[in-house]
Amino acid sequence: MKIMNMVGAINDALDIKLKEDNNVVVFGEDVGVEGGVFRVTENLQKKYGADRVFDSPLAESGIVGTAIGMSIAGLRPVVEMQFCGFIYPAMNQIISHATRMRNRSRGKLETPMVIRMPYGGGINALEHHSESMEALFGHIPGLKVIAPSTPHDAKGMLISAIESNDTILYMEPKRIYRAIKQEVSEDKFTIELGKANVLTQGKDVTIVSFGAMIREVQKAMVMAKEQGISVELIDLRSIYPIDRETIRNSVRKTGRIITVTEGPKSFGLGAEISQIAIEEAFLSLEAPPARVSSYDVIVPLPKGEHHYMQDAYKILYEIEKIVKY
Amino acid sequence: MFEKYNPINKLMFQVIDNDGKVIDKKLMPKVSDERVLKAYKDMLFARTADLQIVSYQRQGRIFTYPPNYGQEAISGATAVIIEEKDWLVPAFREMGAMLAKGVSLKELFLLFMGYEDGNAYKNANKVLPISVPIASQLLHASGIGYEIKYNKKNELVYAFVGDGGTSEGDFHEAVNFAGVWKVPVIFIIQNNQYGISTPTRMQTASESLAIKALAYGVKGIQVDGNDFFAMLKVLEESKKACEKGEGPILIEAVTYRKGAHTTSDDPTKYRTKEEEQEWDKKDPLKRLKQYLIDKKLWSEKEEEKIIEDFKKEVDRQFIEAENYPEYKAEDIFKYMYAEMPQELKDQEHRLKEFYRWKEERVSQTSKK
Repeated sequence: MKIMNMVGAINDALDIKLKEDNNVVVFGEDVGVEGGVFRVTENLQKKYGADRVFDSPLAESGIVGTAIGMSIAGLRPVVEMQFCGFIYPAMNQIISHATRMRNRSRGKLETPMVIRMPYGGGINALEHHSESMEALFGHIPGLKVIAPSTPHDAKGMLISAIESNDTILYMEPKRIYRAIKQEVSEDKFTIELGKANVLTQGKDVTIVSFGAMIREVQKAMVMAKEQGISVELIDLRSIYPIDRETIRNSVRKTGRIITVTEGPKSFGLGAEISQIAIEEAFLSLEAPPARVSSYDVIVPLPKGEHHYMQDAYKILYEIEKIVKY
Repeated sequence: MFEKYNPINKLMFQVIDNDGKVIDKKLMPKVSDERVLKAYKDMLFARTADLQIVSYQRQGRIFTYPPNYGQEAISGATAVIIEEKDWLVPAFREMGAMLAKGVSLKELFLLFMGYEDGNAYKNANKVLPISVPIASQLLHASGIGYEIKYNKKNELVYAFVGDGGTSEGDFHEAVNFAGVWKVPVIFIIQNNQYGISTPTRMQTASESLAIKALAYGVKGIQVDGNDFFAMLKVLEESKKACEKGEGPILIEAVTYRKGAHTTSDDPTKYRTKEEEQEWDKKDPLKRLKQYLIDKKLWSEKEEEKIIEDFKKEVDRQFIEAENYPEYKAEDIFKYMYAEMPQELKDQEHRLKEFYRWKEERVSQTSKK
């Protein structure tokens, strides 16, 4: 075991896969010499050479599009989108090809690749650096969308993603890149994709969240507990596919559900999860599913961002409302 | 060749004239008479199939189809040079090259009849399915090129795009990436003068499409795409260059789309009869046929006979495709992921439940 933060854990996962599988290549903007703007790929080029870990021209469609070709030909590319707000030029390649090649060719061609992308707000960044648009990606048939909330999960989920034969969007909560440290095994381990994780058992209300928001929920839970409210916390881990079973079991037990997500409210992940709760646990529900999400507005620049972001009090507010309903 | 025909010199590479006469013997590609004759027959087969498909479409037996009519020499020459080990990354007007790689006409029919199974290419490897979003496939070619170089393989990628596609960002990114990586990709622009209705002069202010190669630091050349020998010679030289690590190559093959963009398009709206007649003189099959007749390798009589045989073969494969098994519900779910997620299993189950209900419901209604 070794103490790792999320950056170190992701780096370790890449290191393990680069070492054991010569088909794994890592590329993107500034990921080689510099080791990425967040240093996630630091030292990997030195270790594995510039034909395996390299800087690409500055073009997101080009990065994803060429990764599609590489993966069809047998490589397992892990590419980096420098920030979530820069992935949009690559959307055509993701929607039109990466997620369709297997279906289009009736299983003859596959595109095993991972698109890594830091996402989310709260880091005092420029415009286009703080979005959490998981709903956009969850809506793309053929794509798997995952997001870890701890260094341990970050490592195990990334290794699973690289070994998967699907195209996977791996969303990295950059706000907690270095904020959480924990003991992580230095050995190789995997985490089954598509399975949520019940972080805390509780009986009054279920909260479903993912990524950097987990920490905010945990802060709210401490305050809720002081008032005798027991929260069951589910870390979704996989946005698509969603672990319907874990949500069902929890809501049948607690009778209440709150979703906590960073993105805009309308057509968001919260709506999808609430609908699952209604379909799966209608007769157990004691209150309408509630959403803590952001608003249908553009992420404000740093001075206004606190209005936009979810924090422990916004979550506590909804917890108190739902138990009194 | 690439020096003399550097696009900055504004020369178009040609080997035969409009009457099939060799302009300069030294320019001829290395190819046997026998192989040329086979290539001609293959091009004729593609044209026969193409014209017949348009008539099937008019009969309502197949959906929208993009004809190759008039552009057969480009695929015809590619068919001669492409090998089993090489990759073909088509746009959607490369029938001859696809058939040469082992794709069957029946499979192409299946695709345009509405079955993805037509993309499964049972007897062809290293062929990507037709790419509908213009130019997006070129990046895949550059990526495949990277894999070839990475694993030190002796393979090539032949990647196609139209003149309209050169305006897309992905065209730029693909040639740029391939140029930086120095990968063995031959980009072939089929400049057939129109992107649906928009003429090439409205796609770019560049003097030619080939000249764009200079900006990427790669070899480029403009070639008469209706001249089979010129096309083959340029491909031969491009292959040699790639094998020496001098790839990628950007080829602008100048041609003319004699047919419509697709069967839903009406070219009389945007081009004149005079223009079409002018290009008829440069028809690739007409020129190669004259060459073969002059060399006593071919005759009108043989042509008439073989066209009849081809028509029968096209019809045979078409009818086979028409009798293809019904599209099953599970097939829309099966290929989405390596392993089907529970969510999709549930969705498939619900669709089948619905069908069971509907069957019962409809039969009850008809009893009443």
